[in-house]
Amino acid sequence: MSAAALDSLATIEKSPGYWSGVMRRFRRDPVAMLALAIILGLVLMAIFAPWIAPNDPYRGQMLRRLRPMGTPGFPLGTDELGRDMLTRLIYGARLSLLMGVTPVIIAFFIGSAIGIAAGYVGGWLNTVLMRTVDVFFAFPSVLLAIALSGALGAGIFNGLLSLTIVFVPPIARIAESVTTAVRKIEYVEAARASGASSFTIVRVHVLGNVIGPIFVYATGLISVSLILASGLSFLGLGVKPPEPEWGLMLNTLRNAIYVQPWVAALPGAMIFITSISFNLLSDGLRSAMDLKA
Amino acid sequence: MLTYIAKRLIYTLPVALGVSIVCFMLVHIAPGDPLTSVLPPDASAQLQAEMRKIYGFDRPLIVQYGLWALKTLQGDLGVSIATGRPVAAELGKALGNTLMLAVLATFIGFVLGCLFGFVAGYFQNSWLDKLASFVSIIGVSVPHYWLGMVLVIIFSVQLNWLPATGAGPGGSADWAWDWVHVKHLILPAVTMSVIPMGIVARTVRALVADILSQEFITGQRAKGLLDGGVFRHVVKNAAPTALAVMGLQLGYLLGGSILIETVFSWPGTGFLLGQAIFQRDLPLLQGTILVLAMFFVALNLVVDVIQSMLDPRVQRA
Repeated sequence: MSAAALDSLATIEKSPGYWSGVMRRFRRDPVAMLALAIILGLVLMAIFAPWIAPNDPYRGQMLRRLRPMGTPGFPLGTDELGRDMLTRLIYGARLSLLMGVTPVIIAFFIGSAIGIAAGYVGGWLNTVLMRTVDVFFAFPSVLLAIALSGALGAGIFNGLLSLTIVFVPPIARIAESVTTAVRKIEYVEAARASGASSFTIVRVHVLGNVIGPIFVYATGLISVSLILASGLSFLGLGVKPPEPEWGLMLNTLRNAIYVQPWVAALPGAMIFITSISFNLLSDGLRSAMDLKA
Repeated sequence: MLTYIAKRLIYTLPVALGVSIVCFMLVHIAPGDPLTSVLPPDASAQLQAEMRKIYGFDRPLIVQYGLWALKTLQGDLGVSIATGRPVAAELGKALGNTLMLAVLATFIGFVLGCLFGFVAGYFQNSWLDKLASFVSIIGVSVPHYWLGMVLVIIFSVQLNWLPATGAGPGGSADWAWDWVHVKHLILPAVTMSVIPMGIVARTVRALVADILSQEFITGQRAKGLLDGGVFRHVVKNAAPTALAVMGLQLGYLLGGSILIETVFSWPGTGFLLGQAIFQRDLPLLQGTILVLAMFFVALNLVVDVIQSMLDPRVQRA
């Protein structure tokens, strides 16, 4: 038997698991792959900003303020303080991605922990945890983010904290409902009957089944978080000048729309591209995992 | 039916209580003393103590909350630190402006969202579906404050068709339903409508696709029901959920209007909230957030009750 035949035999014998099926479907989705490529590109751009960017993001010159796109040396023009737009857009990916993605990651862990605990233990713990979650869920998300960061004051840390608090309740709710559903399935009962401890059941049987749906749901929140995070900076909460951040750039360039309208609109286009990529990626994951809601 | 409403009402009360506690605590999580924004930095210790007593900040938290809640229930939201006017009065006018904007935006968004969502769900996987789905994903992904700026650039700066900011030539006091005023409303309302448009379209697409795949539709078709009849079934089944989503979107827009109102200088609650934040006017911030959040809680209740009236299956779930 040739090596190739052996190889193909091996692949037949190995029964493909659920996740490899998901990955296969995901890889065949051209839209999701494009979105993933754009996101990876943005992340690389953020990491290697000092090497890619042609200029210093902080140094401006009053003599060359608000130059149009295509100015020699400044392909995307300059901002209201004469700083290179291209450079600031590249550097902007750092804070914008950090402020947008971090809250969802933290909220994913906290929200999952709350939801799984509430769903698995049930009883009074469920009541206490989920009623508290309901209170925060009762605020429209934008309002809650602005209320918290408005009260706490501007700053990167306060912005991150506010956004994390906004995203814990929706994730905890999903985690709770998925866990409650899984807990009722017979194999969990069988595991308990065979003497498995609660911790083992949660780790082996519950976690593996609930983490996928929660994860997909959380990825869907990233685009909301990006828009909200930049929105906070746009309002003057969140990141403070002179840091390059897309929402803040949009804010400081607002007065320039009568002079260089399209240069002023550039940072928003970056937010848009990033947020739509995360949405398309999340949609791709959802259909690859064949989840409905 | 009545038991469902009663149950839903009882469930809402603790949530409303919790929301009020969160709003109350906003002033207390703020760094520094809420008084620092009104008092000059060199105020004497005696003056500080006196002011603290007037505002009641010297009592235990739980007493402060009780007194605050009692006053709030009587419609007294305190006095704005920056202007010295009652918060409730400042809010009243702003709330009307925001409501007008949000209702119009929800309406536009709902009509377009239903249209796109229905077309996409009915002609699943056709190019029409792809186009409608693409439009709706743009709706949920676009930073609306940026979209507002882009629309201002196109329609105000370059074409000079519509005004860029404000609510009318004479400020917000003299709103009237004539063209001079209505043209100020167009850009903010269209900008705002993009969010509910995207969400309604996605919901309706999923609903229509789900209903069409059910056996009773196949059965009816087999019995010779025409497309018009199928359409009626789909609408009847999708309407309760679509309307519920619309109701909640109205609440989200009311609460989240700050970004769009900032872009268009629209004199609503969001604009007020922006002022409150930058002048560190905590009573105004607290009052505005409380009213908007309570409005959202009440809206949730109303939406649930209406949905259960339209669709009895909801009660059993």
